[in-house]
Amino acid sequence: MSWKAIDRISPVIEKDAPPLLSEVVRGKIRSFFPRYETKRAALLPALHIVQDALGHVPYQAMVEIAELLEIHPSDVLDTVSFYTHFWTHPKGERVITVCRSISCEVMGGAGVLEELKKQLSIGEHETTPDGRYSLVTEECLAGCDHAPCLLINEKLHKRVRPQDVAKILADQDNDRLDVPRSTLFDAREEGEAPAAAKQQSTFMEGRGTKE
Amino acid sequence: MAFEPVLLKNVGVEGSRTIRVYESRGGYQALRKTLKMTPDEVVEEVKKANLRGRGGAGFPAGVKWGFLPKDRKRTLLCVNGDESEPPTFSNRVLMEHDPHQLIEGSIIAGYATQSQVAYIYLRVEFHEVFHILQRAIDEAYAAGYLGRNILGSGYSLDCYIHRGAGAYVCGEETGLIESIEGKRGWPRIKPPFPAVEGLFRLPTVVNNVETLSNLPHIMERGADWFTSIGPPHSTGPKLFCVSGPVKRPGCYEEAMTITCRELVERADLGGGMLDGRKIKGVLPGGVSMGILTPDELDMKMDFADPANYGLLGLGTAAAVVIDQGTDIRSVLRNVTHFFATESCGQCTQCREGTAWMDKVAHRMERQGGRHEDADLLLETARNMGMMPGLSICGLSDGATYPIETIVKKYRDELEAAIAAQPEGRVQEVLQAVN
Ligand SMILES: Cc1cc2nc3c(=O)[nH]c(=O)nc-3n(C[C@H](O)[C@H](O)[C@H](O)COP(=O)(O)O)c2cc1C
Ligand code: SF4
Ligand code: FES
Repeated sequence: MSWKAIDRISPVIEKDAPPLLSEVVRGKIRSFFPRYETKRAALLPALHIVQDALGHVPYQAMVEIAELLEIHPSDVLDTVSFYTHFWTHPKGERVITVCRSISCEVMGGAGVLEELKKQLSIGEHETTPDGRYSLVTEECLAGCDHAPCLLINEKLHKRVRPQDVAKILADQDNDRLDVPRSTLFDAREEGEAPAAAKQQSTFMEGRGTKE
Repeated sequence: MAFEPVLLKNVGVEGSRTIRVYESRGGYQALRKTLKMTPDEVVEEVKKANLRGRGGAGFPAGVKWGFLPKDRKRTLLCVNGDESEPPTFSNRVLMEHDPHQLIEGSIIAGYATQSQVAYIYLRVEFHEVFHILQRAIDEAYAAGYLGRNILGSGYSLDCYIHRGAGAYVCGEETGLIESIEGKRGWPRIKPPFPAVEGLFRLPTVVNNVETLSNLPHIMERGADWFTSIGPPHSTGPKLFCVSGPVKRPGCYEEAMTITCRELVERADLGGGMLDGRKIKGVLPGGVSMGILTPDELDMKMDFADPANYGLLGLGTAAAVVIDQGTDIRSVLRNVTHFFATESCGQCTQCREGTAWMDKVAHRMERQGGRHEDADLLLETARNMGMMPGLSICGLSDGATYPIETIVKKYRDELEAAIAAQPEGRVQEVLQAVN
């Protein structure tokens, strides 16, 4: 198994570092407070928003989230570490999630994963040197009628065969959704709900910005 | 009487996601009718229909609502859209094509239980579904079906999507509750049941997406219509998924009178095997229920018959077909790996049992199986489940049924494979896997 070490030696939280979470991101997180009985319940939304803003959830961001939600940083790390969706170190711009469950396996999903590894020259949980792609596997994506399938960020690719991989990777828009997007869980400002109408979110056609 | 699909009636209709098309096809009329009844009358109607939960356990929805304390002040509704049981995708189809049907059903359930908030728990991998559903919720607010004083009835309900973050166990109702509270999705010990003490320690009802999508039809057509479909223990329309190497993988609506064979082979359902392949077995209810051999396919896809075949239950009614070309050891390993990675680790027998079964299955697949391994798997399964109540949640039991049924029903094939392993391979593999 190839193994690339993540730097765990440099300090994870720089002393006197400027805040990582922008005011927009903080406002976005606060807009979830009225939905729940506790501030802590806004933790999963907060993590989605922060991961969208920063690409991953660094330890310093966990501390800042903890302050915002008035909980202990260890509570944040506890939750982060339970869920597979959150990254504590940088990931690629686009994450390819290949289904490894039964229907996809029976329909040839392993061959698709192998082809991806070959063409990207990376293994599972690794990122290409140019930072474009990370490769992971997940359990059933609930797209079994289209097995084998995979996600590229938000976009589900259906009935993928090994010979389709090159074309999918070459497509600039391989993560573009065909439906209008809600910006509710994005880090961007447009989706921020006005205080009075907490349920409303704005929509834009096509893909959201992902800086 | 020919079966008339209702849950999927809007699938394939142009613009079925929009409120305009939904209303033009009779949508939100059931809600108007419901709001003229008292909440107790609605509960009674659903009890009469004997609508059993579609999320896996089959508990009657009306009875569950009846457990809510009478003197409660606040009540919360959780819509279970976590759908992570392989290979299940019926909730996805419902939400992707007909989000308003789910919203209308959720408002009806909210009214019957007098809930103030409905949280739709959506697994994060449902990106497209999230955008579709959020837009539908916005439309429903704008039309006055959600928010304050719905249609002038005096009843108010807010509806929020809560996105998960990749964990199968968050589909379990108390794991789901913990996850909404911002914690790791560790299921809670019951009792107290959520109806008494659930989300934020308030009385809470958790219902599955398909369960709730049935409600507009029950309210519109009445409980008698509902009970006229299917046998008395399995009333109403039901969605069935079929995937694997069949000609027509997909989600189909039928009465719970069909057999597993029909689901796989009928021309208007699974359509039979692809390229003349032969069936080796079918996991008919999601991976947690167990496996059927080709001569057991006449099992009825209802809430009662699966037990006669050594299965845990109907589960999610999602069948995956395994063909003769697939090594049974790979199936075993795929399933053990799923449970080993998805066990939340609270209960020792579940955490250790799933991990050990996965190690054994891995070495079997790599031609390093030992003669005692089949019995070892059965023994592990017996120690970690098959005896409800020993574990905090049902994942442990669900992990044992596929293993036990595969080992018992395919024992000859497993043992023949072990006997055919190259000499000396076992030691090599044991070192690599353990
Ligand atoms: C490990 C585990 C995973 C579950 N996953 C789901 C799920 O993804 N969706 C679901 O609706 N129910 C799931 N359930 C069942 C729920 O606990 C609960 O019974 C159900 O949501 C209740 O709704 P219903 O009565 O309408 O079926 C799961 C149960 C267990 C033990
Ligand atoms: S049975 Fe397994 S998944 Fe369920 S609570 Fe116990 S350890 Fe967690
Ligand atoms: S098994 Fe791959 S999407 Fe369900």
